[in-house]
Amino acid sequence: MINYLIKRLFALIPLMLGITLITFVVIHLAPGEPVEMQTAMNPKITAEARQRLREFYGLDKPLHVQYINWLGKLAHLDFGRSFAPDNRPVIDKIKERIPITVSLSIIALVIEFGFAIPIGIYAAIRQNSVMDKGITVFVFVGFAVPTFWLALLLMYLFGVKLGWLPISGLHSLGSEGYGTFLWLADLAKHLIMPIAVASFGSLAGVSRYMRSTMLEVIRQDYITTARAKGLSERVVIMRHALRNALLPVITLLGFSLPGLIGGSVIFETIYAIPGMGQLFYMGVMSRDYPLVMGILVIGAFLTLLGNLLADIGYALADPRIRHGQGQA
Amino acid sequence: MSLKNSYFREIYWRRFTGNRFAVAGVILLFIVSFLAPHITPYDPATIDAYHVLLPPSAAHWMGTDELGRDVFTRVVYGARISLLVGFVAVGIYIVIGTLIGLVSGFYGHWVDSALMRFVDIMLCFPTFFLILAVIAMIGPSIWLIMIVIGLTNWMGVARLVRAEVLSIRERDFILAARAIGASDLRIIFRHILPNAMGPVLVTATLGVAGAILTESALSFLGIGVQPPTPSWGNILTSGKDYIEFAWWLSLYPGLAILVTVLAYNLLGEGIRDAIDPRLHK
Repeated sequence: MINYLIKRLFALIPLMLGITLITFVVIHLAPGEPVEMQTAMNPKITAEARQRLREFYGLDKPLHVQYINWLGKLAHLDFGRSFAPDNRPVIDKIKERIPITVSLSIIALVIEFGFAIPIGIYAAIRQNSVMDKGITVFVFVGFAVPTFWLALLLMYLFGVKLGWLPISGLHSLGSEGYGTFLWLADLAKHLIMPIAVASFGSLAGVSRYMRSTMLEVIRQDYITTARAKGLSERVVIMRHALRNALLPVITLLGFSLPGLIGGSVIFETIYAIPGMGQLFYMGVMSRDYPLVMGILVIGAFLTLLGNLLADIGYALADPRIRHGQGQA
Repeated sequence: MSLKNSYFREIYWRRFTGNRFAVAGVILLFIVSFLAPHITPYDPATIDAYHVLLPPSAAHWMGTDELGRDVFTRVVYGARISLLVGFVAVGIYIVIGTLIGLVSGFYGHWVDSALMRFVDIMLCFPTFFLILAVIAMIGPSIWLIMIVIGLTNWMGVARLVRAEVLSIRERDFILAARAIGASDLRIIFRHILPNAMGPVLVTATLGVAGAILTESALSFLGIGVQPPTPSWGNILTSGKDYIEFAWWLSLYPGLAILVTVLAYNLLGEGIRDAIDPRLHK
């Protein structure tokens, strides 16, 4: 187990290198220099001032040197300063927003799997029933709905027309004055729609996947044995079938994280939630290169982390992996 | 005996009903987008300031937008863009993914390791972030969108093809081809590739649905197809500003996306069921 972990951690290093390389390449695809960007509006900048700026940012050095320098700074978690007017260190801006996006993603994952797993199980044990067919329809529609459209419709229905839920931000005005319980309730009200939107599409997928793994497991011989032993159907399903069917779904957990982080751009922008997605969108629109690079690297790193956690979870759950490949 | 028959009948019925809608939907979509100029009563670009934000009526089936343009017409023309982006983007990434998968699976060893490492790296990025970043840096254009969607989604195809190649490689007919001296290239393209394409077809169909969703999300955020060219996403951008008075601007383009994506998803699932080797006809 420890060996497995160590191997995986070491494998992270080339992956991180690759990630930084690709991020670097992507940013330098942009036409025009960052220096031009900052100084284009100012007619008084002389050529020497431009050259000094270039040297200051290290832009006059060849690309691979720039890359190495950047890598060195990254090792110190120095992502540079934002190009935005506030010029704050990128790492600070990102640090403020990571907790929000990550917590939202985790809550969304919990809700997603919390609903999808029972739905999948039910659909599997009542295969081809009306409920199963209904769930299948729901799943297909869920896949097809564009998230931003759903967000808009929900916002209109619950926010404007019915007025039940607030349509933007995380807190209401003056919520600092609320007592703890009221503050939490206020936060929850703000979070319902974004989380519903974030989890909806994947919920459909996960429940379908759960259903198919469950179906496969139910056909196995050991389930028949369990039934033949006289165990109640409930025990057969919950204790024997479920454990085995759940395994592949756990890996799905790890893979859901990048999807949620990527999707955060849309629902954070629509619901005005101050998270990483919204920061990324604003950075991209204003050509704030250091910020964009930083978020890309950190986003990819979080994904790596998610995958690693999924692998660990899978290893924990499946003893076959823990004790070496293929030795039952 | 009858149990087996009814089981298959059930399967075929399920495939057929799901598929009927999907196939009809897909064909309808193609016809609609080809015939766009003939079936739409208005021009998608003509601004008519006297008829701004009209609700749906007999004259304007889906109402008008904030510049007086007929929404139905724009939705129909938007179908063209969506289909174009969907097919070209998917075409690009199928080609890239298949090539990489073929090379990786066939040659193995360090080529395989290096390529799969590359795949792992690319899979770490939240796709949408990458797409956003690249398009916003270079500037939105419909061709760039197609290329970028293509360049960020090939990884799944590559893995799929590689897995197929790995299993096909060991079969007898490949051994036979080698024995009579067929060149590597011939074996790859003439023997392995046609047999590997089954799952790829499913992925491609489902991929069109995904590409349409991505393109509309990008257009919605303003870095996809630029106005005045109509795209379902960018109609929704103006729709969101007028949602309280003009719900039709937000409803119909979204419905169009929903129905199209649903149709392609059903089609893809249908193809997957049809080529499933476990249910021999």
